[in-house]
Amino acid sequence: MSTVNATLPGVFYRRPSPEQDPFVEEGAVVQQGQTIALIEVMKTFSEIKAEQAGTIGRFLLEEGDEVEAGQGVVEVVSP
Amino acid sequence: MSEIIVRSGGLYTTVQDAGRDGQYAIGMPPSGALDQYSYRVANLLVGNPDGAAALEATYIGPELEFTDDRLIAVTGAEAPARVNGEQVAPWETLSVRAGDVLSFEMITSGARPYVAVSGGIAVPEYLGSRSTYTLTGIGGFQGRALRTDDRLPLGSPPVSGPAPGSSVPAGLRLALGGVAELRLVIGLCSYRLTEAALESFVDTEWKVTKDADRVGYRLRGGTIDFIDRDPPFGAGSDPANVVDLGYPIGSVQVPGGNEPIVLLGDAVTGGGYATVGTVISVDRDRIAQARTGDRVSFTPVDVDAAISARRDRGIRLEKVRAAVS
Repeated sequence: MSTVNATLPGVFYRRPSPEQDPFVEEGAVVQQGQTIALIEVMKTFSEIKAEQAGTIGRFLLEEGDEVEAGQGVVEVVSP
Repeated sequence: MSEIIVRSGGLYTTVQDAGRDGQYAIGMPPSGALDQYSYRVANLLVGNPDGAAALEATYIGPELEFTDDRLIAVTGAEAPARVNGEQVAPWETLSVRAGDVLSFEMITSGARPYVAVSGGIAVPEYLGSRSTYTLTGIGGFQGRALRTDDRLPLGSPPVSGPAPGSSVPAGLRLALGGVAELRLVIGLCSYRLTEAALESFVDTEWKVTKDADRVGYRLRGGTIDFIDRDPPFGAGSDPANVVDLGYPIGSVQVPGGNEPIVLLGDAVTGGGYATVGTVISVDRDRIAQARTGDRVSFTPVDVDAAISARRDRGIRLEKVRAAVS
């Protein structure tokens, strides 16, 4: 199992916009490079992507939480 | 002409120099490197004349490919840098050749790394400066942050520069981490605050919000009460309003009374919010390296202390010049 970390500080979002569904749910299978979440800072939304293929485990942050650079965002279980 | 190939622009990397001074009266903010100390030291390390244009990154460093022999230096925020995958030292003169690639790992401390290249970034000057002002899209490289496949023109390298391996002594590097203590000259509109509000403003440890960029830093953590009054004509009804004035660079305004904003190099030059104080120029280097989630506090000082701090920074820069040349 590995943890995907935030590469920059900001505010954490799991949805592309407030009215849309989350990018991925816990338990979903993701491919390498697939967008998992967003971090907003300086009016810019940066995508957090899966570093490798795997199954999404537990999200370590809630929608709208503040996040620091290097902080764990989600656990990914390798296939 | 030689150039740098931008393989990745990072989050928000712009060309900046000492700033577009002298245009404030026409509503043009100075822009320029937010952390002037790290920017100037980077230029010293590659033998550039004062005022040469360099790159300022934010949170995520760029990936840059060089196309000829150059001296480069990385200063400012701590973000481990690599040339062709090999880790290289910050605050040090580095030598690169055609095909070499500079890249960054995740930032560990501070917010803004600086990259200087011998010869400087030779984008055209606009109103006497190469600094980027993205809000109106002027200066720098096409008036915007760098993107993949951009090609940055470089100037002719100076005939001589510091030897590769020249290094800035630890005591002359920027101190990062912890609460950023910002010295502040109280005014111009502090008379609008209650005495208790001014005290609580300087006693509060403020947190940097996600809205913290080259325009300004919005802070959170306390509330500011204004003295009741019948607003004069033109001031508007918000208690934080005054009749319009020019904003000192570094001034702190408190729209709504609970979220102070420190105005930085890309900020608008005037408006109608009360400015409770002005962060001294030297400490704007420090806030430039505070990031979202970090904490800042304010310490009132007088103008003499501000001038003396500026003189001290000049002395430090001369010490760096002596140490690396």
